[in-house]
Amino acid sequence: MNILDVQNLKTHFFTEAGVVKALEDISFTVEKGCTVGLVGESGSGKSVTAQSVLRIVPKPGKIIGGKILFDGEDLLAKKEDDMRKFRGKKISLIFQDPTSSLNPLFAIGDQLADIVIQHDRVKKDQALEQVIKTLKVARLPDPEQSLGQYPHQFSGGMKQRICIARALLLNPQLLFADEPTTNLDVTIQAQIITLLKDLQRDLGMTLVMITHDMGIVAEMCKCVVVLYAGHVMESGDIETIFEKPHPYTEALLKAVPRLDQTRKLTSIPGNIPNLIDPPSGCVFHPRCQYAINICMEKVPPLEDVGGSHFITCHRWRELQGGR
Amino acid sequence: MIDMAQPLLEVKDLVKYFPVYSRGILMKKVVGQVHAVDHINFAINECETVGLVGESGCGKTTTGKLILYLERPTSGEVLFQGRDAIKTFSKGSGEEKMRLRRAMQMVFQNPYSSLDPRMTVFDIISEPFKIHKHVSSNEWKERVYKLLELVGLEPYHAERYPHEFSGGQRQRICIARALAVNPTFIIADEPVSSLDVSIRAQILNLIMDLQNKLGMSYLYISHDLSSVRQISQRVMVMYLGEIVESATTEKLFDRPVHPYTRALMSAVPIPDPKRKMNIILLPGEVPSPVNPPSGCRFHPRCQYATSKCSQEKPVLAQVDVDHYVSCHYYHKFI
Ligand SMILES: Nc1ncnc2c1ncn2[C@@H]1O[C@H](COP(=O)(O)OP(=O)(O)OP(=O)(O)O)[C@@H](O)[C@H]1O
Ligand code: SF4
Ligand SMILES: [Mg+2]
Repeated sequence: MNILDVQNLKTHFFTEAGVVKALEDISFTVEKGCTVGLVGESGSGKSVTAQSVLRIVPKPGKIIGGKILFDGEDLLAKKEDDMRKFRGKKISLIFQDPTSSLNPLFAIGDQLADIVIQHDRVKKDQALEQVIKTLKVARLPDPEQSLGQYPHQFSGGMKQRICIARALLLNPQLLFADEPTTNLDVTIQAQIITLLKDLQRDLGMTLVMITHDMGIVAEMCKCVVVLYAGHVMESGDIETIFEKPHPYTEALLKAVPRLDQTRKLTSIPGNIPNLIDPPSGCVFHPRCQYAINICMEKVPPLEDVGGSHFITCHRWRELQGGR
Repeated sequence: MIDMAQPLLEVKDLVKYFPVYSRGILMKKVVGQVHAVDHINFAINECETVGLVGESGCGKTTTGKLILYLERPTSGEVLFQGRDAIKTFSKGSGEEKMRLRRAMQMVFQNPYSSLDPRMTVFDIISEPFKIHKHVSSNEWKERVYKLLELVGLEPYHAERYPHEFSGGQRQRICIARALAVNPTFIIADEPVSSLDVSIRAQILNLIMDLQNKLGMSYLYISHDLSSVRQISQRVMVMYLGEIVESATTEKLFDRPVHPYTRALMSAVPIPDPKRKMNIILLPGEVPSPVNPPSGCRFHPRCQYATSKCSQEKPVLAQVDVDHYVSCHYYHKFI
């Protein structure tokens, strides 16, 4: 069963410099109880996808097309008031930067308790109890003592645990984790990855893991959605994608150094496109080693190629024969 | 004449403590020391890349700055081509200092903040010519074009400003500027960390190409073990100001010995769904470098620690050819 079904989502930012086509045509589904990876480089549209689903796209951004079905209900058709009740409760988000997403002026206990009070209209002690319980779930050492402390008194890893607790406060069914380990050291990242995996399993939660690290995807996710320049390049289960990747995914996998081997890195030429003036046809064509004329002219559709594998590429089928 | 057996760079017992002051308004009192770099030793040979890997705050950047005398060492020696670099930087003549500055260059993590936005690429790359006066002005143009070509940029890029370039291209400009003084040794401090995944390989490949073309030596500083493996011939692992393990790349990655190195490696996710991680979780976080733990600095987080570990500091012992480890119980892990 799909808990989330995003169809042809289009979100643009109407800036002074021009229209930034952050999400041009995004479609994917998330199966209930799964961990799905949303991967892509910076600017590919990962965070805007999460913001769109929660309908918190900052100005001058606007969702201008598509459907977002959560448990069959179209979120884009909801009133803002109803959406407010949805956020945190049904769908929650761990923000990309834990430092700037916590309010430096309020003690941890107060800022987290506030969320519970606003949503569930309970007394402060009851709310604090819920906060302590959730901080324990996020494995923050000494949760009781932490309530009176301020964000700057915690290390990066501890702040991230607090942010995870905040996202879990209202027992959401679907959690987006936006690069939850990007600024953390690798041993702390390992703690957070382990925590998220355990939480997902123990709470039966659906987790969308946003990352640029194919290693984290391979480690944590059952399914993956690969984004590039506001388009889905491919989606499918992890084994399939590593075995029969889209040309972009393939290029990316050959370009990243690996801990377990030394090999020649094949670099991807060129740069990430400017989304005010994206390339014609397939957005990846200026950097793709397989590009031919049609790639410049025609946007490839997102095609079901069997085995729950979806691909956006004019040549993928043909290339499979030659690989 | 350079003696072939002599390393290009030698670092001996290098120490940097930063004083920590009390908060008092009138009387500033030293209440402790940040042990940023604590008695480290290593050498880098001609045409060699040595990786320095460790987590944030372990002292990697400080080590680089000490070598270039951008920070003044508390004690210890830095020998460059056999000569005392600290003495040259502190007491040498203007000309001697300039010569040494040209020989050793640094490339930083953030190519955005390290380029002046008001200067064209031509001005940026030719600025060292002005400062060092080692190239006569009628040759500037040709040299700038050569440098651009060397780092994979085009001649027409010379007239543009930094904001017109992507992160990867800016890092190329930074590298070209470093190369403008014909260095023999470059300290690259996290040169790809701020770049996009698809761009990193371009810069890593460029760094390796320059070694082949120009015989460059590097100290490659990074927290990213995978890129360190990719680029280095030898690797040193740093923890809380000390080197805990050092070996050839192959040995370090195939047979890591120190419990910290092993935990570090186990924590790196591998982009291959068939290879699931076997994470060795370290409890807690890196302790403060002000008054670091006694004995082995890793002991509070080490699952093998005994009372000996909290009392006695282990020495860097040789466990194999080109393989050194600082752990009382290294024989258990070989
Ligand atoms: N000027 C300074 N005054 C006081 N402490 C300092 C100073 N510069 C660095 N330190 C401290 O020295 C230690 C080592 O710092 P350094 O910047 O070398 O670490 P690093 O390994 O490069 O970290 P990162 O990977 O985060 O850049 C840290 O504890 C740091 O806070
Ligand atoms: S459509 Fe063409 S350019 Fe795009 S990924 Fe496929 S082969 Fe490459
Ligand atoms: Mg550093």
